[in-house]
Parts: sequence; structure tokens; C-alpha cells
Amino acid sequence: MKAIIKQLTEAFGPSGYETEVVGLIQELIQDHVDELRTDVLGNLIAVKHGSKEGKRIMLAAHTDEIGVVITYIDDNGFLRFAPIGGVGITTLVGNRVRFANGTIGVIYQEGKTEWKELALDKLFIDIGAVSKEEAEQKVRVGEFAIFHREFTDLGNRLIAKSMDDRIGCAVLIEAARRITQPKNTLYFVFTTQEEVGLRGARTAAYGLEPDLGLALDVTLTGDMPEARRMAVTLGQGAAIKVKDSSLIAHPRVKDLLVKLCEANNIPYQMEVLERGGTDAGAIHLTKAGVPAGTISIPTRYVHTPSEMVDLRDVQACVDLVLAAAQADLAGII
Amino acid sequence: MLLARLTEANGAPGQEHEVRDLIRAEVEPYAHVVKTDALGNLFAIKNPQAPGPKVMIAAHMDEVALMIVGIDKDGYLKFRPIGGVDPRILVAKTVVVGKKKTPGVIGSKPIHLQRPEEREKPFTIQEMVIDIGAKSKEEAEKLVKLGDIAYFTTAYEELAGGRIKAKALDDRVGCALAIRLLQEEVSFPLIAAFTVQEEVGLRGAGVAAYQVEPDLALVLEGTTASDVPGTDEHRQATSLGEGPAITVMDRSVIPHPQLVQELFALAAEKGIKVQARRSTAGGTDAGQIQLSKTGVKVAVISVPCRYIHSPAAVMCKDDFEGAYQLVKHYLARLEERAGLS
Repeated sequence: MKAIIKQLTEAFGPSGYETEVVGLIQELIQDHVDELRTDVLGNLIAVKHGSKEGKRIMLAAHTDEIGVVITYIDDNGFLRFAPIGGVGITTLVGNRVRFANGTIGVIYQEGKTEWKELALDKLFIDIGAVSKEEAEQKVRVGEFAIFHREFTDLGNRLIAKSMDDRIGCAVLIEAARRITQPKNTLYFVFTTQEEVGLRGARTAAYGLEPDLGLALDVTLTGDMPEARRMAVTLGQGAAIKVKDSSLIAHPRVKDLLVKLCEANNIPYQMEVLERGGTDAGAIHLTKAGVPAGTISIPTRYVHTPSEMVDLRDVQACVDLVLAAAQADLAGII
Repeated sequence: MLLARLTEANGAPGQEHEVRDLIRAEVEPYAHVVKTDALGNLFAIKNPQAPGPKVMIAAHMDEVALMIVGIDKDGYLKFRPIGGVDPRILVAKTVVVGKKKTPGVIGSKPIHLQRPEEREKPFTIQEMVIDIGAKSKEEAEKLVKLGDIAYFTTAYEELAGGRIKAKALDDRVGCALAIRLLQEEVSFPLIAAFTVQEEVGLRGAGVAAYQVEPDLALVLEGTTASDVPGTDEHRQATSLGEGPAITVMDRSVIPHPQLVQELFALAAEKGIKVQARRSTAGGTDAGQIQLSKTGVKVAVISVPCRYIHSPAAVMCKDDFEGAYQLVKHYLARLEERAGLS
């Protein structure tokens, strides 16, 4: 699974421009599902048919990642940019970005800027060009870039950019490969534009009208020095969401996930996320409403280029998806 | 002139009837079907039953305005903005209020009566009133009632350099483009949607797209041009005279990448000057249209306007013409493709 996580997290996929990631997932999953299609917003929908008495579950993980978009190129070839999604300013100075064509640049601050006055419009990107003309050969205004960083294997723990949410994609890919005959029909939806407002999941769910929606996404942890208090710990198992700012998990869905963990000896922990949301927020408000929940992968340093997960939590999430695929949902949803 | 009549008409969010009536009369000769919906969106449809891609062009009819929320004992009117209005631009502007178009002036404490610290900061909306000349609450109430709308009184005028000034260019400029584009000969279904309540949250566009179910939507807008003194070049969203702006991302939408590429390529091919919108601030109807039902391909084409959301915006006629040419050629391209398939 590590090889797939490396491939996924090193791919290029800022919100709206996820085709490289979607193409990669398509290759990894196509021999293991019954149907495969993409929609107008670029969502990849992979279907695995269940038995007649089963229900229809939408499993969503988003393919996009945060990044920047170029807004201006000056006469000396320096670029200005705006953020795509929730980009924290403290991680930017000295960091690198990568464009779709492979061009790499470094972010730095204007000379006179004090650290505490740092703002996005005081930052620029240097791609090594000496003039506007030279810069424009590589990059145009309006072009999207991601934060450039390689995958690192620390043993049980892994660091990479865009674990949010390629790790969720990896969980779904692994689950799709391992499930042979699911009881429930499974829609593995690799969504687009989550980081800019849960956009892909909304139109995908509208088309699918699932009986149950489950998002697979990262959540924060409270286990670092002086961390904000939060009862989620890296390595302590799959996190079952109670609520975040986009969703109050449907009580029966949440209870079902807990029961499945108990019955299958899957390590789990309950998650209350005070700020943030997932695709489940968009799914549960679709049409007349969809019972929904989220299986979260505990992740440290979310929205930095070095997001850390524990492989044992990832395995637990895969096991929970496998259990949900075979669960008897009659009377629950 | 069409743009003069459109910008001089008044239409606050939710009260777009005057603009709608004007547009309805303009589009009737060119549309097979003209209708409105529950929210007041106006649809002008060509070839409703034809095969081929269903193409929607959208522009919003509403404009930012002021609503009367109080009348004091001396006959002054208190007001609040509807949509985004910078309070600093309001003092001493002339307005008309309510159905009777009662004239008034936005008043505030004169400078010689302000304390030194008051001179340091601009007036807030709460510190301003509309003075319609009434001497008492009773007298004012004969002319104005709570909930009435006050509009700026700016006349459309031609300026030097092929530029014009008007109020409400956001988004009557889009309405004017859509009306003109509806006169193109196409064989596929073309729906011009003139939407309501964009300025208070893209409200009309969502329900419009839900009904139309377009395959593709082009949103026509007036957008902010910040090529004005005191603005760093890298903070200017668009510049006047550099052609229509194509959006790659804003707060509401990331337009369809392939469609955006096609528009840039088409502009280059036809020799139409265009600019990429260089800011991600702001939102347009495209945000709601893209997410309608199972999703819609969208793009946003805007005419740059200086001093947008103020009593007097400035626009370049060549940019307007460029936007028209670009969309016209794009419709022709769709026509070619429809013919081939």
C-alpha cells in the first residue's frame, strides 16, 4: 500500500485540475470494479455491484489538494499568487511550488516585511526567470500550482504533501481491490474541488442518490506538544466522526460504524472536529437528504507540505470500509 | 442606446421588475419563448426543441442599492445597503427613493462641526441619512415608506478615450451583451437567463440553472478593474482597455479548465484582446450554475469596470465589444461542431 500512497501523494492535483490524480486512480482501480465513469466536474465514479438485498453506499474521498494560482508576473520574472483552499501563511516562506509542466519555484517574502506583518500579497514566487518574457515561457497568469514535496517512509508513519486526501483515496482503492462480492452496491467516488467548498461531492451525490454516504478524509489530532485539545491520537485507530462544521454524523450511521469496529476488532476512536468539513457535509444535504457519516484518518500537520499518518490507522479505515460493504443496513437507513 | 437605458433603469435585488420589463421588450423579437419564474428570473429562449448542446448565457439584472429602514422625527431617512456598498463613497450623492422616485441627498455631519477625531475616519452608514427635504416624520411618510429602495441617479455618459460612465454596469453590461448575443443565428437551444438577486448571494442563478439544465453556461459580468492610482500592479484584478477578462478562479467557482482554454485559444485565433482575471476575490452566478444538479460546464467572461458597486463606474467600449466578439465566435464554434456531429 505504501507504493500507492507514494504515487498518489506525489501526483499533481490542485482543486479544479485533478485529471492527473483521477487518471492514476483509474489505472489502479479499473480491473477491480464493474463500472467506471467521470462526470462534468471531473469526479471519478467507480461502481461495484452488490446483492439484491443490499443498499447503495456512496464512499467519497477527494482527489484535489490545496495550492496556489498565479495572479501576476512582474518585469523581473517574479510571480504573485492567490491561495487555492485553506493555505496557512506560516508554512509558505522558503517552501516550493510545482506547476503542471514540472516547473518548480520557491516562495519568499518582500524585503521589508516583518514576520508578524506577513500577508499573502507580500509573498512572491521565484522560478529562476530573469524577465517577464522568460517566466511566461514556463508559466502564465491563471496557472495552478501545488506545494512540492516528496513522500517519506518512516516505517509505521508516513509523511507527504496532500495526504489530505490522497490517503482517503488510497483507503478506497485498497478496499475496492480487496472486496470481491459486496453485499451493498458501492460507489467509490473520487471527488473534485473539496478544498474550495465540497463542490464535486455535491453534483456526484445528486446523480447517484445513495442510501448512505460515507466520506473518507483526514482529521486533526491533539497529540503533539502543546496541541489544541482534541481526543484523537495518531496510531489509535480509525476515527469515527461525531461532528464537524459541515456535518453532524447521522446517529445511526455513527453507531453502525462503532458496532462494525467492535464486531471486527478494528481499533477506533471517536472524533469531534471543531472546525473543518468533509464531502459528507455536501452529500447529506443532497435532494431530500442522505444519512451520512465520515471515517477519518488521523493526520498531523494538515494543510502543510508534511502531513503525517500512521499506516495502522490507514489499515483500520480499510477494514472498516470492508465491514461496511458487507453490513446489513436494513432497518438502519 | 441600449446600455444607457439599461443602466438608468433601477433594480435592487428582489425588485428587478423595471429592468426585467425593459429586457423583455428587447428580447421578444429574437426569442421563441420568453418567460419568468417564481423568483423573477427572465428567460429568453431560442430553438427550445432543437437538438444539440443546450447553451445558457447568464447575466444578472439586480444592482446594489440602499433600503430605507427608518424615518426620524425630523424627516430624515435611515438606510442600509443591499449588496456590497462601501460607505465611504456615499456622502453627498443624490438618490431617488421609492415608487414615486422622490429625490434626495445623502447627508452627514458637515466638516466644520466634526470633532478632530471624527475627521480622521470615514462616516459609517449609521451616521448618514437621506435628506428628501421633509421637515417632519409625517411629511416624509407621505412620500416614502419603510422598505423603499433608494437608487443612485447617475446618468449614462460618454467619456474621453472611448470610455463611458454609468451606474449599475455590474451587471447591466452583461444584460446588454446577452441581449445582443441573442440576435445571433444559431440552430441549437440558446437560453439567455437574466437572473435576480446575484448581489445578495447568487440566489436567482441556482434556480434558473435547475430549470434550464444547460450543457454549458457562459456567465457575462461586469468585474472590478483596479488599474487606479495607488494600487500595486500585482493587486489589480483587471485593467481597462485590455479586453474582456476570463476567470480562472474566484471565491465561487473554478470554471471548466478545458472551456477556459478554448476561450483563450479562440481569442488568440480571432485576434481578440483578452486578459486573465488576476484576482480570486468575488463571486458570480457561475458558482451556483456549475453546481446545479449533476454539474454544468461554466466559464465567466467579464467586462472590466472601475469603481464598481459605486454610483458611477467607468467602462471601456472596446472591452465590451471584445466580450461580444468572443462569445459570438464561441457560439459560431459550437454551431460548427453541432453541424459536424
